[in-house]
Amino acid sequence: MPAISMKVNGKAVSGNVENRTLLVDFIRTNLGLTGTHVGCDTSQCGACVVHIDGKAVKSCTTLAVACEGAEVTTIEGIAKNGKLHPMQQAFHENHGLQCGFCTPGMIMASIDIVKRNGKKVSEEVIRRELSGNICRCTGYHNIVAAVQSAAEKM
Amino acid sequence: MENFNYHRPATVNAAAALLKKSKGGSYLAGGHTLLPTMKQGLASPSDIIDLTAIKGFSGITVTKSAVVIKAGTAHMDVVTSAAVKKAIPALSEMAGKIGDVHVRQKGTIGGSIANSDPAADYPSACVGLGATIITNKRKIPADSFFTGMFQTALKDGEIITAVSFPIPKKSSHQKFPNPASRYALVGVFVAQDAAGKVRVAVTGAGPKVFRVPEMEAALTKNFAVSALAGIAAKAKGLNQDMHATAEYRAHLIGVLTRRAVEAAK
Amino acid sequence: MSDTGIGARVLRKEDKRFITGKGQYTDDINLKDQTYAYFVRSPHAHATIKSINTAKAKKMPGVVDVFTSKEVEEDKIGGLICGWMIHSKDGSAMKAGPHPILASGKVRFVGDQVAVVIAETREQAKAAAEAVVVSYGVLPHNVDAAEAMKTKAQVHDVAPDNRVFNWSIGDEAATDAAFKTAAHVTKLDIINNRLIPNAIETRAAIGSYDTGSEHYTLYTTSQNPHVARLVISAFHGLAPEHKLRVIAPDVGGGFGSKIFIYGEEVTCVWASKRIGGRPVKWTADRSEAFLCDAHGRDHVSHAELAMDAQGKITGLKVHTIAAMGAYLSTLGSVIPTYLYAILLSGQYNIPNIYAEVDAVYTNTAPVDAYRGAGRPEAAYLVERIVETAARELKIDPAEFRRRNFITQFPHQTPVILAYDVGDYGATLDKALELAEYSSFPARKAASAKNGKLRGVGFSAYIEACGLAPSQAVGSLGAGVGQWESAEVRVNPVGSVEVLTGSHSHGQGHETTFAQLVSDRLGIDINNVSIVHGDTDKVQFGMGTYGSRSGAVGMTAISKALDKIEAKAKKVAAAVMEASTEDIDFKDGTFTVKGTDKKMAFGEVALASYLGHKFNTAEIEVGLKETSFHDPSNFVFPAGVHICEVEVDPDTGLTKIVSYTAVDDFGTIINPMIVEGQVQGGVAQGIGQALYEGCTYDKESGQLLTGSYMDYNMPKARNMPLIENFKLGFTVTKCPSNPLGMKGCGEAGAIAAPPAVINAITNAIGVREIAMPATPLTVWNAMQPMKRAAE
Repeated sequence: MPAISMKVNGKAVSGNVENRTLLVDFIRTNLGLTGTHVGCDTSQCGACVVHIDGKAVKSCTTLAVACEGAEVTTIEGIAKNGKLHPMQQAFHENHGLQCGFCTPGMIMASIDIVKRNGKKVSEEVIRRELSGNICRCTGYHNIVAAVQSAAEKM
Repeated sequence: MENFNYHRPATVNAAAALLKKSKGGSYLAGGHTLLPTMKQGLASPSDIIDLTAIKGFSGITVTKSAVVIKAGTAHMDVVTSAAVKKAIPALSEMAGKIGDVHVRQKGTIGGSIANSDPAADYPSACVGLGATIITNKRKIPADSFFTGMFQTALKDGEIITAVSFPIPKKSSHQKFPNPASRYALVGVFVAQDAAGKVRVAVTGAGPKVFRVPEMEAALTKNFAVSALAGIAAKAKGLNQDMHATAEYRAHLIGVLTRRAVEAAK
Repeated sequence: MSDTGIGARVLRKEDKRFITGKGQYTDDINLKDQTYAYFVRSPHAHATIKSINTAKAKKMPGVVDVFTSKEVEEDKIGGLICGWMIHSKDGSAMKAGPHPILASGKVRFVGDQVAVVIAETREQAKAAAEAVVVSYGVLPHNVDAAEAMKTKAQVHDVAPDNRVFNWSIGDEAATDAAFKTAAHVTKLDIINNRLIPNAIETRAAIGSYDTGSEHYTLYTTSQNPHVARLVISAFHGLAPEHKLRVIAPDVGGGFGSKIFIYGEEVTCVWASKRIGGRPVKWTADRSEAFLCDAHGRDHVSHAELAMDAQGKITGLKVHTIAAMGAYLSTLGSVIPTYLYAILLSGQYNIPNIYAEVDAVYTNTAPVDAYRGAGRPEAAYLVERIVETAARELKIDPAEFRRRNFITQFPHQTPVILAYDVGDYGATLDKALELAEYSSFPARKAASAKNGKLRGVGFSAYIEACGLAPSQAVGSLGAGVGQWESAEVRVNPVGSVEVLTGSHSHGQGHETTFAQLVSDRLGIDINNVSIVHGDTDKVQFGMGTYGSRSGAVGMTAISKALDKIEAKAKKVAAAVMEASTEDIDFKDGTFTVKGTDKKMAFGEVALASYLGHKFNTAEIEVGLKETSFHDPSNFVFPAGVHICEVEVDPDTGLTKIVSYTAVDDFGTIINPMIVEGQVQGGVAQGIGQALYEGCTYDKESGQLLTGSYMDYNMPKARNMPLIENFKLGFTVTKCPSNPLGMKGCGEAGAIAAPPAVINAITNAIGVREIAMPATPLTVWNAMQPMKRAAE
């Protein structure tokens, strides 16, 4: 079982994994960070989205061994010193979640959407770029509102 | 999925050698075709040779006549490249329709065309623009590259290193996606080259990417929607599944080709 | 209204853990020494099990044991039950075939579980599952509800024609008479397409037996942990209730699919003891969820509507074939009967209704409640035939509906239900206004200029929820009551905990229930905690489904609060040396009439627990009260939804360009939460109408739509723009509960499908179109007209 090391949420971590271990399983099982979720097995639902070296990526379709030396950010790592990230705050203020299961991946994806598209990101672009995140509860209405609201503050 | 040996070579030659040595290995680039396939139990390579550490394996160069995209370049980089947007806007737009944003951060052009999925998008751009696929051994014209469903002309020991797209006078990509999978139910890439010759390349509709000679001839004569009047793609031999019949796909080829001609820039 | 009381848009208290990744869903939980279960499932739709060889699997690395029905029968573990008895017209009981937790003798659908491997890791269990050798004798299968009574593929011995029951409601003779004298009859064949719930969290369970205390614990993704405990203990013979703790922690969506008791969680509980007292954890793959979660809908109906010369409806006749799947699921039998046919009057004054339902077995996943559970099927049928009739009679669809609306309440329908209050005309008026219906022709012309076909569709739905009056449902065959419980514990320093039998898996109860308490007791909402989901904490409850947690769950809390207030007044009177009748309680303060004596709620709470200042022989110490509230009636949310679509005639692609929902939910506790429920419900309804189609292959019996690659879930880009999705509310307060609440959780999913399909048929000018109305389906529907035009 090879040993791997990387930075997760700013902290150096290491562990022994099998080559076939997916990053999402390394995060959830080895590191005990269960905020990142598994929602499907065809790389479509987005519940597993994390940031790897600044890019929003599906951690269920990434090998842990391929992340040797990478910088990974999960939902647990975006609040700073107890202060919520504007996107987290926006989801709360806009009722952008109900059961909460898709929420971590949705927030991580949304932060990336704003980063790449800027403060004035349009509703059409947000909806199109949320194609990789499935929510069954909200109908996306308040999620889109949350992303627009956060964009202005990021 | 089954376990495997994992390698991260630093050069193309090392990668090819590792694959040759393996019992039944696979290359890994973005992983968004291979890993889902392995998770479903449909593939279990003995070795995975990760190409993403190879120096200089990704990058985009734009000259006066061509856009050259290295094999390991992620779709997202093609989407955001100002140079590609200027030289072949249709190519940049097409890359932006592949999968979803997360897939585009990892999926690569090399992985896409090596796979030759009948419903992938890049094969339509390669054939539509008359591209050249550059491997570590030779240069292969796109017309000869895609040989069948999930089959290419690549020989043992060959790795795609780059794809060179000649810059057309104008072009457009139109896609009618399978709304669930986002793969092309029908995707059409139309391009008019510097000499006025037109190519019409279709993915999603058949067992592999194909051209439509009748439409190409008509558009070469006159690059206008009216030139396509009375020309219809044939349903025979086209894919048929729960999302689209052969007849519907034939119809969509006509619709998308017309839209491509209108939108070409 | 305070800013945290009833009617306030209070932000959710439960959000913090979800937005920071600190939720505790079942798969997040790991117990010491746990093992993992992986189920071996049938690849065949219908087959005998000739033999199962587990020898090789048992020897594989990490395997603890492998079980089949042999071990289940050894330990005399009971089968899964259907909890609602339905009788056929001839008086015979429904034909319920056995449903063991691991298939015995036969498998009846692709995915039917045949064996379970318990191993040290999930990968090891999965690998060993592949080594279990099952020899099947393949049998003919049938996946089509319409064919079930004609096919030779008999799913259960007890039902030779695959018919579970042949049930009816209403007066057949009177209805037939109405049709004989009708001026106009509209006929429609209607299919309500099968759906797969797909909560984003898949089902999971951890069963754990403690050999020391001989006590079981089950973590389960359940909407109703107490019902799970009741069923597992009563019917499965594993553990009596007092030795079984069931915990439904954070649950990632249910929509009905997590109501039922499935074989997997029962297996985990049983296996845990069988392997010597180690926890057994199971988490479904998404592929498993597709195959094995209870599916929804799957009705094939023929309906006829009789009208007089003025377009007033005089009769409705319905015949429905309802798929039950391969086994009767926990509530499967009631979905197409007492949750369906009793809504066939819709919002209309229909004097004669007769409906007959044949429930049939098919070799598919069991069918049971999915958001709306029977009411979407009724609304779809009624709203499609009403719209079709209006078009045939060339009467504006809004006007046709208005002509037939019930205007006097209470209104007794011919199908059991008596609607208590409503003002359907007011809802319609508001919807027409919000949707700017009068300017639709201008928008249609503008769309046409852009080469698009624009259409508008109505849906005037009503539903019955707030399940349910126990005597009523008991007399109709229910195996359980449908009350709800609440225990309000006031702590000595004045904070309050409410232990509720409701369960929150997205509905925001930790906030809305706290709003009620804060409002009534005049205390800070941050001093209120809502406790749910653990049978060790909450004594009993019936769970959350059927839009009942407001009307029933909150009424239970309200009644418990009545008792708290009454007791507190006694204590306050004693402490302030007044008589109880002179005590007023308002804004969190107890006052003595005509004096300036007062005590804050917190002070009275403390006094209750000190017992210093009152006669504890007359007034018991403490301040904690329980209420079990059994509703006296269903509640009847109703509304009008108007959908506008644009169809691209070149491709058949449909875009929802505007959606207007006006609903009457009675009193709204938190408008933000209610709007969210409508938005989410409408999204699922749009999913049914445009995108989602569960398809089994007739030839092979395989589930063709077994993943998100083929089963199209609505995405953000499919929903209308924020500015084009308008919500409005009218209010007629429900008279059967003190808060005046109806239910809102399912309304969107009930209302949306007919609105969308009515809009598409209007846009392209066809009479009928199937759901989901995919581009291919729409394009195909347009071809005959194109050819005719050429």
